[in-house]
Amino acid sequence: MPISEILFWFLSAVAVLCAMLVVVVKNPVYSALCLILTFFAIAGHYFLLNAQFLAAVHIIVYAGAIMVLFLYIIMMVNMHGDMGIKKRTMFEIVSAISAGLLLLVLTVAGKQADLSATVNRANDIGTVESLGHSLFNEFLLPFEISALLFLSAMVGAVLLSKKNLSKV
Amino acid sequence: MPINYYLILSAILFCIGAFGVMFRRNAIIKFMCIELMLNAVNLLMVAFSTVWGQAQGQVFVFFIMAVAAAEVAVGLAILMMIFRNLQSTDTSILSKLKW
Repeated sequence: MPISEILFWFLSAVAVLCAMLVVVVKNPVYSALCLILTFFAIAGHYFLLNAQFLAAVHIIVYAGAIMVLFLYIIMMVNMHGDMGIKKRTMFEIVSAISAGLLLLVLTVAGKQADLSATVNRANDIGTVESLGHSLFNEFLLPFEISALLFLSAMVGAVLLSKKNLSKV
Repeated sequence: MPINYYLILSAILFCIGAFGVMFRRNAIIKFMCIELMLNAVNLLMVAFSTVWGQAQGQVFVFFIMAVAAAEVAVGLAILMMIFRNLQSTDTSILSKLKW
């Protein structure tokens, strides 16, 4: 068994286990930490797929920026698990069944397709050079538009978090 | 490594995320599960782009990450406003528009 296969199974197990813990654990801080572990496992998968640039960006954006925002909000909101509203066991059973059915449909649909291709790790499309070439030739306009998206998100976040909206 | 394995792994991660969105009532954890679903799709896109040797899939993942960052910034600001008005982030309280 080559080392890359062992790594694949190990990272998959870590990702699925931590994703389950995110949903199951009561304390939001613990589920945020489990989500960070899941993100690191997915970054490991990116390294295995020879996408070094995306692995680095993934760690910087998700583990570095988004999860810090989440932890900061959890700290400001300061709640303790799900707050005391009555249990809805029926709803929980229905959500579990529908998620299981979704998984069934996705796997069966995947079985139907011809997916005999194997992952070729020898190519170098994941490098900064090739991605930058693609990004600034084919995808230059979407790149500029995403800058506008960030500007509007920034303005929106500042406006929404103002205390008194009528004074703006 | 066959592409099938990546397909099933992404499907499992996506379903865990969808299950979390339905199962939990805490709005912050719902947000985390949405991030999980986005990541499952990202992983599959990178796997397929490596299989076919095309860079477009990875560029799309890059854009999805940018959109996810913007979405989290705005979403958490909305969450803070909800918390300021209701002193809670439990989504079962927010049922005024419910039929």
